[in-house]
Amino acid sequence: MCRLAMKTASVPFSPFSVISAMEAMKEGYDGSGLGLLLRGVSFADYKYQTGDPILSGIAHTDAALHRLNAFMEAKGYTLKYDHEFNVQPSLIEATDRHKYLVRVYRLPESFKELSQRQIDERLMLTRLALRADGEKHGGDLTAFSFWPNVAMIKEVGWPLEIGQALGLDDHRITSRVCMAQGRQNTNYGINLYACHPFFIQGIGTMTNGENTAFVPIREYLTGMHYPGYIGYQSDSEVFAHILHYVTRRLELPLQAYKHVITPLKTDELANHPQGAFLKGLRDVCRRMIIDGPNCVMGSLPDETTIMVMDTKKMRPATIGGKPGEWALASEICGVDAMIPERDKSLDFQPMRENTVIVPPSRQEYTIWSQFDQFPLPQAA
Amino acid sequence: MVSIRSISSTPSSLTYHDLPWIVAHREDRCTLCGRCTSVCPTEAIYLAYRRQRMPKLDILQKKRGSEYRTFVGIRQRTDLDHRCIGCGMCSMVCPNEAIGPQVNPNDERARFHSYQKGDAWKRGGRRNDRASLLDQISFNRISMLTDPALDAGRHEFHMNTLLGRVLPPEEYIRRQAKGEWIPPVREIFPFIIGSMSFGALSPNMWLGLLQGVAYCNEVLGIPVVMCTGEGGCPPWVLKSPFLKYIVLQIASGYFGWDEIIRAIPEMQCDPAAIEIKYGQGAKPGDGGLLMWFKVSKLIARLRGVPEGVDLPSPPVHQTLYSIEESVMKMIQTMSMAWNFRVPVYPKISGSTSAKSVLNNLVRNPYASALLIDGIDGGTGAAYNISMDATGHPIASNVRDCYLDLVAQGKQNEIPIFAAGGIGKNGNPVQNGMALIMLGASGVHMGKYIMQSAAGCLGSEKNRCNVCNLGICPKGITSQNPKLYRRLDPDQVAQRVVDVFLGLRTEIKKVMAPLGRSQSLPIGMSDALGISDKDVADRLQIKYIC
Repeated sequence: MCRLAMKTASVPFSPFSVISAMEAMKEGYDGSGLGLLLRGVSFADYKYQTGDPILSGIAHTDAALHRLNAFMEAKGYTLKYDHEFNVQPSLIEATDRHKYLVRVYRLPESFKELSQRQIDERLMLTRLALRADGEKHGGDLTAFSFWPNVAMIKEVGWPLEIGQALGLDDHRITSRVCMAQGRQNTNYGINLYACHPFFIQGIGTMTNGENTAFVPIREYLTGMHYPGYIGYQSDSEVFAHILHYVTRRLELPLQAYKHVITPLKTDELANHPQGAFLKGLRDVCRRMIIDGPNCVMGSLPDETTIMVMDTKKMRPATIGGKPGEWALASEICGVDAMIPERDKSLDFQPMRENTVIVPPSRQEYTIWSQFDQFPLPQAA
Repeated sequence: MVSIRSISSTPSSLTYHDLPWIVAHREDRCTLCGRCTSVCPTEAIYLAYRRQRMPKLDILQKKRGSEYRTFVGIRQRTDLDHRCIGCGMCSMVCPNEAIGPQVNPNDERARFHSYQKGDAWKRGGRRNDRASLLDQISFNRISMLTDPALDAGRHEFHMNTLLGRVLPPEEYIRRQAKGEWIPPVREIFPFIIGSMSFGALSPNMWLGLLQGVAYCNEVLGIPVVMCTGEGGCPPWVLKSPFLKYIVLQIASGYFGWDEIIRAIPEMQCDPAAIEIKYGQGAKPGDGGLLMWFKVSKLIARLRGVPEGVDLPSPPVHQTLYSIEESVMKMIQTMSMAWNFRVPVYPKISGSTSAKSVLNNLVRNPYASALLIDGIDGGTGAAYNISMDATGHPIASNVRDCYLDLVAQGKQNEIPIFAAGGIGKNGNPVQNGMALIMLGASGVHMGKYIMQSAAGCLGSEKNRCNVCNLGICPKGITSQNPKLYRRLDPDQVAQRVVDVFLGLRTEIKKVMAPLGRSQSLPIGMSDALGISDKDVADRLQIKYIC
């Protein structure tokens, strides 16, 4: 079973504090990998300018690195900063890690004429092109994300060891949001792309448990023929893509996510203030209904973070913290490790109908229930 | 000595050893009560005086020879019209277990004489083929790891399906915002009582089914729907609140539609859906056929025809120029008749051209679903050749159509329903859930419901199969009150309820170990396996051994 830990704080912090939460939750997972998503990134060695895209990935060979450089140059991206990890290769299981990439680029001049939506599409297509290039060359180049404010690290092995191997304890890279997942190799082969968090156009999610409705959902998303809806080395990748679909393509409020993946029952909708709309939404999005048990944690471009359960509610994920600093973890000991000094009576474990939302202000979290009025007046 | 010349030996002369069923009679147990002969639907047996030689072995007497005794025995007729159909009613009524049909293990010469009086053989019922691909498919993706298998007894399962055109999400939100028309969608139980007409079925059978369906809906909360088949619907049902559980079928004979259209202003509720029949799995290319035996006064009135005439529906909808045009215009017309509040969908025979029909429907914004009926479907009456050799198996047909929709990203927009052979050997949930995981949104069952709810005697071993003649020994497919009185509608209703409760439990027993409970596992092909490599490849499911 995957273990999930996410921390969001107004003051940037080191990802190592979240990795230590992974260590606290080590019982119950095999520590087969670590996935990290850092949002609101700051570098000790470089003053990052918000808005510049950051490329995260791994160049497994020198040739791949050269191809990457040539490709980015040809596309008009200018390299502004190349983060050098203090790597201790002996702590890393894999031997083909030529260079871990966290690189800041400047957007091409030509992008100035583009709308934000068009830029977002270009950034995604660039990441996909790099991924495709790596896959074409025997997997020698892995691209996790290419997006402003977001850096990602994924590696096979025990999370704490990976953190040490990449020198994350040197605090040279910090963030305001950090998502961490200890991957378990369950039904699918070990593959860096199978490691959570999954990322698409600023949206990142990670999940524990297994989604048994994976294949029909994958078929549905693939059938949309949207360029970013690819991969699916893990059944959990669909959670990220559904969140992307709901919020960016359907342009529905964040609360709609829960209504899509775990809709209310017909008789519950009959008594809901917007039951007719939500019933229709359930029908049209029926192929995206998940079947857990799952806990899904996600973060959005504006640094909002969310946590939802599947309908079976068999996961004990918890949120706790204090104004300005919140921790979300799949087990309560993970929250304890991230924010030990807090009022534990304010901890909350979401039930099947809840969406926990920590807004960017981080002063408090909101518990939104599916039974509440849906925040879309024109839909009523 | 009997002269050879007096022995009847025409080309079609048969003995009971040439017939598919041989009546085995134990004289020592028979009390000559006569129940078997009176119940036999084909009058295949009769009481007759017989002579038996009694050999005498008295060696002291000068006169040699035998004596004879006369007795009353039961004999089997050997002409085809009076052949034993194996229904077994004789053994059911026999107080002494003295009689019963047995399968003839020898060659059946009778089949070489099925062309009689210038016509080919017709029958009702089924295909008489026990082989079932669906029976070989098993569910193998058992949750054993991070997702524990669920408790079928205690967990809550969502297994209803949708019947109706579902918009793409973007379009739904756009139309909602602008207040435009949203196509009607029904939430129904995925196992549907397939189209069996009022005419094919007896009034008691029909009433029993409807009572059972109403109970499932109103008391148990299982939203079962049933389809009328061609032949209309009794006026009292049309004007009743039970109409919402009924799919009205319109077929090429348009029988019963005068009554239906006239009843529209008086309807208390809308029907569940309208099914336009273009084809039937059991007899592709043939229209419906209600043979004259069954056109009683009631049926004649309901259908608007004279009594006692054959009612063969044309193979196609004659009023229109092409199927494409027909589908489009009829769907639109029917939608309009109920002011676009009722889903309208076509039913077609399983066919290699099913995908073309489907793609036509995808482009028709009013088409609500597609029902494909495979070769193993049953019928009230059809030519043997149609039933035995014409049609397309349902599994690959459904799978191809589903994958075609998947490639277009339209699998949620047009639900595919499957029919033809679900439960043919008594495994409806295994068969139905396999089809659902291959991509069907639900399945229609006719024969299985007749067998399970009303005790239909038919089987895939050529048993009974006289639905066409109106002599159904159980009163299920007869319009003769003397026969259908045998069927108590209340008991049929009880059985319908028993069956659907059982189906629901078994569906849970399939879904629970797969870790599925939140929605019907439509298209969950990763759960399916079969030990036939070619079939696995063809259906794109797992090969297991």
